[in-house]
Amino acid sequence: MTRNDNMGPLTRLLMNDAQGRKLLMVLVALAVIIPFCNLVFPQDSFFHISTYTMTLLGKYLCYALLAIAVDLIWGYCGILSLGHGAFFALGGYAMGMYLMRQIGDRGVYGNAELPDFMVFLNWQELPWYWFGFDQFWFAMLMVLLAPGILAFVFGFLAFRSRVTGVYLSIITQAMTYALLLAFFRNDMGFGGNNGLTDFKDILGYSLQSDNTRAALFIASVLAVIIGYLISRFIVTSKLGRVLVAIRDAESRARFLGYRVEYYKLFVFVVSSMLAGVAGALYVPQVGIINPGEFAPINSIEIIIWVAVGGRGSLYGAVIGAVLVNYAKTYFTGAFAELWLFMLGGLFVLTTLWLPKGVVGLWAQIKEKQQIRKAGSAAANASAQGDVS
Amino acid sequence: MSAIPKHIENPYVLYMDGVSVSFDGFKALNSLSLVIAPGEMRAIIGPNGAGKTTMMDVITGKTKPDSGTILFTDTHQQEYDLTRFDEADVANLGVGRKFQKPSVIESLTVFENLEMSLKGGRGLWAALVHKLTPERAAKLDEILDMIDLSDKRDWMAGSLSHGQKQWLEIGMLLGQEPDLLLIDEPAAGMTDEETMKTAELFKRLAQKHSLVVVEHDMDFIEALDCKVTVLHEGHVLAEGSLATVKANQQVIEVYLGR
Amino acid sequence: MRMYCRQIFLALALLVSFTGQVLAAQDADNLKALTSQLIAANYAEKEQLAGQIAALDDERVLPILSALLEGELFYKKDDEQILIVKGDAINNAFSGDAVDVPGKRDKKKIGVNNSLRGELRSLIARAQINSRKESVRLDAAANLLKNSADVELTLVNEALAKETSSDVKDILSLVRGLILLKSEDQAERITALELLDGSLYPEVRASLNQFISGFSEEEIKTRKTEYTAATKSLASIETLVEMNGYIENLYFGLALGAVLLLAAIGLAITFGVMGVINMAHGEMIMLGAYTTYVVQQLMPDHTGLSLVVSIPAAFLVAGAVGVAIERGVIRHLYGRPLETLLATFGISLILQQAVRSVFSPLNREVATPDWMAGTFMLNPALELTWNRLYIIIFSLLVLATLALVLKRTLFGLQMRAVTMNRPMASSMGIRTGWVDALTFGLGSGIAGIAGVALSQLTNVGPNLGQAYIIDSFMVVVFGGVGNLWGTLVAAMSLGVANKIFEPIAGAVLAKILVLVFIILFIQKRPRGLFALKGRAVENG
Repeated sequence: MTRNDNMGPLTRLLMNDAQGRKLLMVLVALAVIIPFCNLVFPQDSFFHISTYTMTLLGKYLCYALLAIAVDLIWGYCGILSLGHGAFFALGGYAMGMYLMRQIGDRGVYGNAELPDFMVFLNWQELPWYWFGFDQFWFAMLMVLLAPGILAFVFGFLAFRSRVTGVYLSIITQAMTYALLLAFFRNDMGFGGNNGLTDFKDILGYSLQSDNTRAALFIASVLAVIIGYLISRFIVTSKLGRVLVAIRDAESRARFLGYRVEYYKLFVFVVSSMLAGVAGALYVPQVGIINPGEFAPINSIEIIIWVAVGGRGSLYGAVIGAVLVNYAKTYFTGAFAELWLFMLGGLFVLTTLWLPKGVVGLWAQIKEKQQIRKAGSAAANASAQGDVS
Repeated sequence: MSAIPKHIENPYVLYMDGVSVSFDGFKALNSLSLVIAPGEMRAIIGPNGAGKTTMMDVITGKTKPDSGTILFTDTHQQEYDLTRFDEADVANLGVGRKFQKPSVIESLTVFENLEMSLKGGRGLWAALVHKLTPERAAKLDEILDMIDLSDKRDWMAGSLSHGQKQWLEIGMLLGQEPDLLLIDEPAAGMTDEETMKTAELFKRLAQKHSLVVVEHDMDFIEALDCKVTVLHEGHVLAEGSLATVKANQQVIEVYLGR
Repeated sequence: MRMYCRQIFLALALLVSFTGQVLAAQDADNLKALTSQLIAANYAEKEQLAGQIAALDDERVLPILSALLEGELFYKKDDEQILIVKGDAINNAFSGDAVDVPGKRDKKKIGVNNSLRGELRSLIARAQINSRKESVRLDAAANLLKNSADVELTLVNEALAKETSSDVKDILSLVRGLILLKSEDQAERITALELLDGSLYPEVRASLNQFISGFSEEEIKTRKTEYTAATKSLASIETLVEMNGYIENLYFGLALGAVLLLAAIGLAITFGVMGVINMAHGEMIMLGAYTTYVVQQLMPDHTGLSLVVSIPAAFLVAGAVGVAIERGVIRHLYGRPLETLLATFGISLILQQAVRSVFSPLNREVATPDWMAGTFMLNPALELTWNRLYIIIFSLLVLATLALVLKRTLFGLQMRAVTMNRPMASSMGIRTGWVDALTFGLGSGIAGIAGVALSQLTNVGPNLGQAYIIDSFMVVVFGGVGNLWGTLVAAMSLGVANKIFEPIAGAVLAKILVLVFIILFIQKRPRGLFALKGRAVENG
């Protein structure tokens, strides 16, 4: 292992990260090939990739970014958030509000100012917190700020009073549960039970067109790449090592003079923003955002992606998110009854036998192979020695 | 940071007066008073539950005392009321602490552990853009040398032996460059040879720093050859050289006699 | 002289009782004769006959008249026996013996028309209010109160004059008040207002409201005494009713608290002793509820008994599953609370799906025994449901039992020892492994018992546990771990807080407020209301 402190901040990101480099190459390849196959080859061609598949993959990528966000705080700083789905959903709602305003007067009631559900509720004017969401830049700012501010306030309170471990996990769960209940209310002005849906277009491009879908897919790939690099930048810095110190021995970090609460708060807010971006990219691809995204079980599922992939390994989180979600798509389609058994089993098995996830398993197997190779090489050498 | 008017004649690093702490009615510290002079090495002994660990907790800001004064003077002769600060502040003022159980960051390398401990750069931004300067690298090499872990600099701290972890933690204390070192049972889990080496190291350190060493191992304390304070039920029972303390009738009753 | 007096007195007493008996015997004969005449009589005659029957002193009068009113009075065609038919049960109207009537056409109904029905109703009311049984009179009076508009004042006055029971008198005088309130005479109206003052019956409130709203601007001035009296007593009634509302809310809150207590108490134990959060705790509750369902299926005719049997059964089922989880999974994860949380969450998913596969994803109905259904009246405006009261008592019983187990048994002692200092307990020879397993079993078993209680309040379905798990966490976090007292206080205060906010803010917002409150609370007291202090915390 070589030291990388004296390299430039950007070069150090991908040195010593062979898997990370591979992951990024795969992502870049996906960004090129999949939209190409979707747009260029005709529908009946062998090489054609359907828009459905592309959107599905785009969805997985959003989950991958979400998994990176969770891994950043759980894998590196030991904060088990059972409420990260809330940040994802907030980002999603911010995007959803922009998309709602984009509908304009094409809604069922033809009201240029108010979204359909507000007309339905007999609201006379747009609530103040909807202002600005007709501007894309403002909505994008909110995609970052809404989860970020919530994470800042929540984290500030929790970390300052040193709420840790399972207590923290439980109150993060309470947070997302409270938001779930809140967003179900019609008076909140976020569409209540039904959420926001029936989107028409984004930045003037129809959401139904393959081109837009392809662009969204590429945006998702880019988001994962950027999210990965940001996280990588953090965890390879000294700040990252302080995070690990906090994870392994919080009081040691304090007695070394590090303000643990600031470090936690920083990484918590960054993570929440990444989750928000993931949610914002998710919504236009699936076409709906509703309070169900706040459900506590969603947040817990994110944890299992990370655990399966490999906690404390950023590319592991990506792999885990894609693997578990692919399995979910497959099994809920083919054997709906089995899926929850599988998911539950995954939780138990990974915690019991795969503390480092598939990435750790892979590393273990490789290590064993090397030992065996080395062993057999040595045996060969000695055997040859005997002969000669 | 509030400076307190100096009212104590002799110079000191640590000044504790009438410090009391209780947990659910149990008096962990009962009007404890203690003064450590600059450059002094002090050994603290006492039976289990005498309040040794609690004493370290109140000095380092982990536990707030119910009453009493705890003052600290740094090398710039600036005086601070330690009860107003939390752990990180106290550490940054210049008080280093070594735990009873060796507490190093197991999943970082020896080098990274030490690098984290180096004085300065505690802020978020500083940590994010941190680059190791040649001077600091040299300083790290020096510490590695002092604690005999130069050849293991890239080992994971978790794979060190118990004694080596103790040394690494001491090394981390040195990296902090504190004025006052609080050391809880450093000899636990060390071989006799390591114990003696540690005692030598402490004596060398005492020339530049002030040390408070809590220990059970009498041979170790003898090797330190310094003033000894005996704690019992949260207050000071006796103070003096090891020989005088050993001869004290009360001490024999509560501690050595057992 | 004295002796004489006594003898005369005795003789008189004998005579009186004798004549009474003779009269009663005569009435019994008359009842038979008069009732039999109903068969051939036309409607006008029937009205007369009914009047004569009602005048008889016999306890069978009321059932016969009621049966006639309800169209349940029949006669057998061959021997003209009078029958009372209730569904499939056919009995002789006089003897009460079951009568075998082979065919549908072998009996005939004794017909009634509307005029006769009206007459019957008033006769029955009169008969009831004159009944010798106090409970019948009380019911009758309550009935009159509900239908005071159709009641004749004379009936009430007569009854009042004869009445001995003060309970019945109270109600009757309210009826009188209600009738007099509509009188043309001012003095009578004022009497009425005096009679009605302070009563909590909704009928009284409604009448007073109506009375007041009947005043015109001018009348308010001209009939000032009446108006002020009426508004005053209405206001005092409203205050009392409002108080009742608070009491009711408190009651609901305590009941919710009891449910929370039952749900959380097991969690508090497992968390307190082992420092692990069991996310499958909700599913233990669900298993308890399903056990109740299964036990009830096995003994369908004994709803009440099945519930009693379910309590130990649910404890054993959930407890056994708990021990299995501890031995199989949690044991391997000690010292890693977050991993335990995840693994037990996985188990909760598996258990949910298992129940879905075995029983179906639909909700199952668990019957409520009669003694738990219905309400009891605290005062005329406040009726409380029995099942809530039972749940409150039950939860306290469970808590008390548990406290006893912890305080008085060896296992309890060992458990507390492990909670406070695990290494020390272990070195004292306590087999911490077994204590852990049994503690987990105990916690899960209590969750199972909570399931029995919940099966009486909500639907039993695979998601039952999920609905309560977050609330249980809140209770534990609020109350502090490893402390039954804390759990009790936390559960009750959260329950009551929820129900107090509810009318102000609505159910959902109330819940959100409580959650936000706890999130803020934990900032101040990160280890709950009744946290352990000192070294135990550092190691935990």
